[in-house]
Amino acid sequence: MTATLAPHREPGSPAPASSRRLADRVFRIREFGIVAVLVVFVAVTASIQSRFLSSTNIQFILVDATIFALLALGETIVVISRNVDLSVGSVLGLSAFLTARLASNTHGLPLPLVFLAGIGIGLLCGIVNGLMVTIGRVPSLVVTLATLYIIRGADVLIVGGGQVVPSSYYPSFLTISKATVAGIPDLAIVVAVVIAGGAYWLRTYRSGRELYAIGSNPDAARLAGIPMGRRVFTAFALSGAIAGVAGVLWASRYGTVDSTAGTSYELQVVAAVVVGGVAIFGGSGSVVGAAIGALLLQTINSALYVLGVSPNWDQAIAGFLLILAIVLDRLISLRLTASLRRRSARRGA
Amino acid sequence: MRALLRRAPLAASTLVVASAVAVAACSSSGSATPSSSSSSSGSGSSTAKTGLKIFVIPKNLGNPYFTTADSKGTGGALAAISALGDSGTETSGTAATSASQIPAIQAAITKGANALVVSATDPTALCPTLNGAIKRKIPVVTYDSDAPSCRSLFINQASTSAIGTSEVDLLAKQIGDSGEIGIVSAAASATNQNAWIGYMKTELAKYPKIKLVATVYGNDDPATATQVTQGLLEQYPNLKGIISPTTVGILAAAGVLDSAKYRSKVMLTGLGTPDSMKKYVSDGTVKAFELWNPANLGYLAGYAAADIAGGSLKVTQGATFTAGKLGQFTIGADNTVLLGPPTVFDSANINNFNF
Amino acid sequence: MEHDVDAATGNAAMTPEHVPGDGAGRTGGGNGRGGGWGRLRPAMRWETGLVVVVIAIAIMGSSLSPQFLTANNFFNLGLNNGEIAIMALPMALIIISGEIDLSVESTLGMSSAVLGVLWADHWPMLAIFVVVAVVGALAGAINGLLVTRVGLPSLAVTIGTLALYRGIALILLGPRTVANFPTIYTNVGIVAIPHTDLPYSIGIFIVLAVIFAIVLHATPFGRSIYAMGDNAEAAMFAGLRVKRIKTTLFIVSGVASALAGVLFTFRLNTAVQDNGTGLSLDVVAIVLLAGVSIFGGKGSIGGVFLAVLAFAGLQNALLLTNFNQEATGLVTGGLLLVSVFVPNAAMFVRSIRRAVTRMTRRMPSEPALSMPRKDT
Repeated sequence: MTATLAPHREPGSPAPASSRRLADRVFRIREFGIVAVLVVFVAVTASIQSRFLSSTNIQFILVDATIFALLALGETIVVISRNVDLSVGSVLGLSAFLTARLASNTHGLPLPLVFLAGIGIGLLCGIVNGLMVTIGRVPSLVVTLATLYIIRGADVLIVGGGQVVPSSYYPSFLTISKATVAGIPDLAIVVAVVIAGGAYWLRTYRSGRELYAIGSNPDAARLAGIPMGRRVFTAFALSGAIAGVAGVLWASRYGTVDSTAGTSYELQVVAAVVVGGVAIFGGSGSVVGAAIGALLLQTINSALYVLGVSPNWDQAIAGFLLILAIVLDRLISLRLTASLRRRSARRGA
Repeated sequence: MRALLRRAPLAASTLVVASAVAVAACSSSGSATPSSSSSSSGSGSSTAKTGLKIFVIPKNLGNPYFTTADSKGTGGALAAISALGDSGTETSGTAATSASQIPAIQAAITKGANALVVSATDPTALCPTLNGAIKRKIPVVTYDSDAPSCRSLFINQASTSAIGTSEVDLLAKQIGDSGEIGIVSAAASATNQNAWIGYMKTELAKYPKIKLVATVYGNDDPATATQVTQGLLEQYPNLKGIISPTTVGILAAAGVLDSAKYRSKVMLTGLGTPDSMKKYVSDGTVKAFELWNPANLGYLAGYAAADIAGGSLKVTQGATFTAGKLGQFTIGADNTVLLGPPTVFDSANINNFNF
Repeated sequence: MEHDVDAATGNAAMTPEHVPGDGAGRTGGGNGRGGGWGRLRPAMRWETGLVVVVIAIAIMGSSLSPQFLTANNFFNLGLNNGEIAIMALPMALIIISGEIDLSVESTLGMSSAVLGVLWADHWPMLAIFVVVAVVGALAGAINGLLVTRVGLPSLAVTIGTLALYRGIALILLGPRTVANFPTIYTNVGIVAIPHTDLPYSIGIFIVLAVIFAIVLHATPFGRSIYAMGDNAEAAMFAGLRVKRIKTTLFIVSGVASALAGVLFTFRLNTAVQDNGTGLSLDVVAIVLLAGVSIFGGKGSIGGVFLAVLAFAGLQNALLLTNFNQEATGLVTGGLLLVSVFVPNAAMFVRSIRRAVTRMTRRMPSEPALSMPRKDT
């Protein structure tokens, strides 16, 4: 790091106003782009169909988004370290079924234990992934693609042709996703808190920040003495545990669980994470951005249904918007780096 | 030498490919069309044969509806097959696509199937394979979802028109014969769905004060079905009723309507299994819905397949046969057999059923 | 040379891996040299392993089922996997070059939809073929341009086009099905190539495999694909037109998927919007099974050929036995893992031993150079 001299200002150039400094800071936040897209999108949709912003619809969107936001949290932690976890959908499915069984009247496990069981199932899967990536030295794309097949296969075997139906649960399980506080679903509040906690950890604690280092430059990270194996292993374990919790929420939300729960979720989660500004090569991005990405994708879905867009157009529009979002984000970040470079050049650093 | 070695991976690859081609080209028969392997013919004799091999191939494995329809324990297709002294096997892929179902059908043929019982993932995509079976004198009985141009017999769970009309009548009664209604369907391309919806629309003509405002597609996925139902409710705030002729769809819609805001304001009916709907009937979200008994459907299909393969049933319109505990059936137009009228489930009778 | 990352640094620390798209991720292990000895040994070792696997599957299949080694069964096997095999060829090249293409199943579906719609509109079939090829090329070009010109990661882009192209198929066909293709074409799903027992799709696959093998292993174009997979920046500085080559690869993948779409449609005699769903991951699994390294820079067409045999053979063998079909996914995933672990077995054992030693001695992981740890 070069020593910074006192800024040498050219005569005649204006002193930076504090408001401009604030604007700088805002624009520097990568998430600005994605929040802007979300706001614009919601505004446009609401102007066409005002019921889009009705309290029930907002509740719908928030609850639908919470599961993906949770998955996005776990996925971000892994992606930041330059890995990927494709098994999250299968883990969700397995956890959903097993915990649904536990929450049934026949077993009657209290709610906190059900959640613990979900965490445990997910943690186990995450640990297996983590071990294979770190000790086995197998690329994470390969490992998690394989565990995607394996865990889903195990799920199908265990479930067979069975299913858990809403009438088997004790009532309090199904209302988790329906409880609201001042019109905002409890679930959304809790998940928001969890995500904030995750963001704080990633930003403040060494164990979190080192993930960024590992993702930006693994060789330098190793030379700097970062315990890479332990960090990456933790990332996968966390991703698995979070997917396990998401499974419990899924069972509570949709009631009926069979062997197909969570199929194809992994690609949607990766999409949400990328839309949220997390670099797929690792090293940058935030869980808040990823959560907003998940929210944006769910909002787009909801908007398409509320606007009554012909179902034939849904998927094409969703795919197009996803591409648009990542292109825009890329352009914004290019502009940002260019303007930052210009600004620091101007300040004569 | 270096240049040669650089070519080594290429050489290795070519060698492997060439030898494989040689093996394939020179292997056994060398005839232009695939020769059939061991498969006993299963028709044409006057006395019924037993000990036949019958394969039950649902749309996919791990599907609760088909597990009920096929399993021996529930009295489904495999139960009928074993009651007749034949050996039945359930097989399929796990993805509910034709690409995933076809290998299972081919494997069944290769393993010497005497009859196939199939729920078609697609009305036409299976035809090249199923026609191959029929050409080998293997009867193909479809159930639940038909492939009209490439099967010997179709077991229809209920008359298409009966389902369509009764759904509308059920809902009309609940909403007082007037109001806006919507349909939450499965996949936009599902033949049975579209056939039922067609009859629903015809029946709706009898209710001038009821207006069908939209049909949305949940693709038999709980999350999608939930979202499209939510979208429907938001788009049409005056909606009075929803018909969902798919077990996944009706469950998802019930989940959405299971709140103080919608219960008793938006009525729901459709096709659902009594087991899964018990909760919603008991808390009043759903008043009545209907279905047939999937196990009976499977049983009938298995029975018919065994009879045809065993030679005791010739598939012609008007032919009759007795399907064990289910009674007597007649083959109708287009070589279709009707299971019977749908059963209506409501709070009075729902606890009598276990599927 | 081992089939792994940090042979160069050779230290004990665990290395996280990078996903495709990051060409600058490695410090160039011993495989970048010229393509001669460096590439020969790992390729031969992997392919030998695959040959063993294929033979094992053949033995297992034939001992468990008398119908396994029959011409009819091979015909079916080939028929069901011909399209996936064709798509695996350009996929291998793309992954070797350091990228990935998840949209292949949707390009297949979109081509099938175009075929169906134009046929229902009474276009002459030859004209339809041309249009379908162009559609495939365009689909690939869009992927390629987004990755090379806009600079987006291919994993993200192709997830987007996976949805977009499937959506276009849905728009084109809606809930319609087109199922009246002429027998001369639908025969690809029923009759074999005359004088053989091979389905047409496999015949096409073999011809394409030879072409791809020649291009990849014996031309400068092929060598540059390896080079840019090894280290994209170095490749660019060495004068290779990385962007142009990668775009070409995506276009080839698009055309191959379009071809697969046509074959798929004729085989099923059905053009419907969900043709091909779920195939992308199967194709990627086959390419990974073939020994193509996800880092880029390694792999061979011979490996792809063997991987197709292994993948298809295993699923077919399981279907013919009394194996519980619900567990097929378990087996596929297991095969994938085994395929990656076995070559790494020696190194794997070594790392376990090191990890255990470290844990029992309770020493912190040591940096390669003894630098004081920075406190962030």
